[in-house]
Amino acid sequence: MKKRADIFLCTGGAICLITVCIIIMGWFWTPYDPTAMDAAAKFSPPSLQHLLGTDNFGRDIFSRVVDGAGTSFVIALCVVAIGCIAGIIIGSLCGYYGGLPDLILTRVCDSITAFPAFLLALVIVSVAGPGTENIILALGILFIPSFARIVRSEFARCRELNYIKSAKIMGAGGFRIMFRHILPNTLPVLLSTVTIGFNNAVLSEASMSFLGIGIQPPYASLGSMLSDSQSFLYSAPWYALGTGGAIVLLILGFSLLGEGLQQKR
Amino acid sequence: MARVLNIRDLRVHFKDAAPDRFAVDGLNLSIQEGEILGLVGESGSGKTVTAMSVSGLLPRDKAEVSGSISLDGQEIFSCTDKEMLNILGDKLGVVFQEPMTSMDPVMTIGPQVEECLKNHSRLSRAERRRRALEALDQADLPDPERIYRQYPHELSGGMLQRVMIAAAIVSRPRLLLADEPTTALDVSVQAEILALLKKLNREQGMAILMISHDLNVVRRLCSRVCVMQRGKLVEDRAVEDIFRQPRHPYTKQLIAAIPSRDRRLV
Repeated sequence: MKKRADIFLCTGGAICLITVCIIIMGWFWTPYDPTAMDAAAKFSPPSLQHLLGTDNFGRDIFSRVVDGAGTSFVIALCVVAIGCIAGIIIGSLCGYYGGLPDLILTRVCDSITAFPAFLLALVIVSVAGPGTENIILALGILFIPSFARIVRSEFARCRELNYIKSAKIMGAGGFRIMFRHILPNTLPVLLSTVTIGFNNAVLSEASMSFLGIGIQPPYASLGSMLSDSQSFLYSAPWYALGTGGAIVLLILGFSLLGEGLQQKR
Repeated sequence: MARVLNIRDLRVHFKDAAPDRFAVDGLNLSIQEGEILGLVGESGSGKTVTAMSVSGLLPRDKAEVSGSISLDGQEIFSCTDKEMLNILGDKLGVVFQEPMTSMDPVMTIGPQVEECLKNHSRLSRAERRRRALEALDQADLPDPERIYRQYPHELSGGMLQRVMIAAAIVSRPRLLLADEPTTALDVSVQAEILALLKKLNREQGMAILMISHDLNVVRRLCSRVCVMQRGKLVEDRAVEDIFRQPRHPYTKQLIAAIPSRDRRLV
């Protein structure tokens, strides 16, 4: 079991490292301008000039994929950060103190989860209007309950442990116990939740862009590119393959990492 | 001599228990300065609940408590949460039964021993470190500098129990509450820990409330013994008297239950 976890961790780590390196590179340099059109090079198949070919406007797909993956990555990172920080605050207070506030907040989180997540994000985005910040906000709010629930259960478990009791007896206050003693002990669980959350965030952002309520053209996004490529599935299959492959790679890396962390626990 | 701990008519009732069943039922107990008091009784007799009441660890939503407990002259039931935090660790040190689970696994020993000082004093980091090393040394740990930097899983159970004792005495409390501190340890380590507690009592004049179900331990360490049965105090006398002439039938049973060399186990 341990060995399998190691394999997961290593492969996942390697894939993540490569994708993150490419994404960071993409912020400074891409082979072509992701939004530059070239009428002469429409639908050219993968070649040395265009690694993943070009699309219906003659834009270089590789450059667009790298750029789009960068956007997805940043959005997913922000979403996870919002969900994680808010989730930790809510979850820790609920789990440690319990009582009526815990009951109310848990029910609120439950009711957010009860909604189809996507529908809720749609509502938020259609009220606030599409745009990167609004997507981050909408997805961020949706991600709070999953973190809050896990943090809460971990805090409720740790609260009863002997070393927390002994910290209490040594006169440590509530906040000191929560954030100095309990939080570091929940890190293994939190870390695998973060990786899973990151995957879900990438997927959610891609699906929203796929439906046209995410990143707006002409900016590249993996979801909207996948949606565009549908029309050319037979004439230019590399368009869909390249874009889909990028999403798979991005998610696979973090999935393996998360799986490995979970099994290591 | 002044009383370090004075418990008057303590009653603890758990809400999910039968209405007439008290975990602690009208307990009166006091400890003089520099005294080692043993509190003995079978499982469920209310020893640990008494200790939890003193250390403020009883869950407030599950237990109803009445009576009075004064620690070094301060009534703890009328304390606010903040006052209680000031008492804990400063006037009262606690050592638990399970040293292995009583230390935070992701923190090195040093900061955990310093915890009390951090919460109660405005000492500088260097001063806290000096005091922590001093406490580790007083707890007879070899090479305190190294242990200071180690993690709990790198130490043995006996060493961890010494670390727990060091953490409990670092702020020089008036009373040390030891809840079965030797139960989880093997016999030779047990003897060392008992010797350590006795030394701390002698050198620092610290009063110790020793909770145990092991009468041999109590006999070696304590000067006075209180016997509890079903939440009530049934006997409270000097240690020699109680072992020579137990008065209460329950005490007699307890003493008869001590395994000895002369008596064969059937």
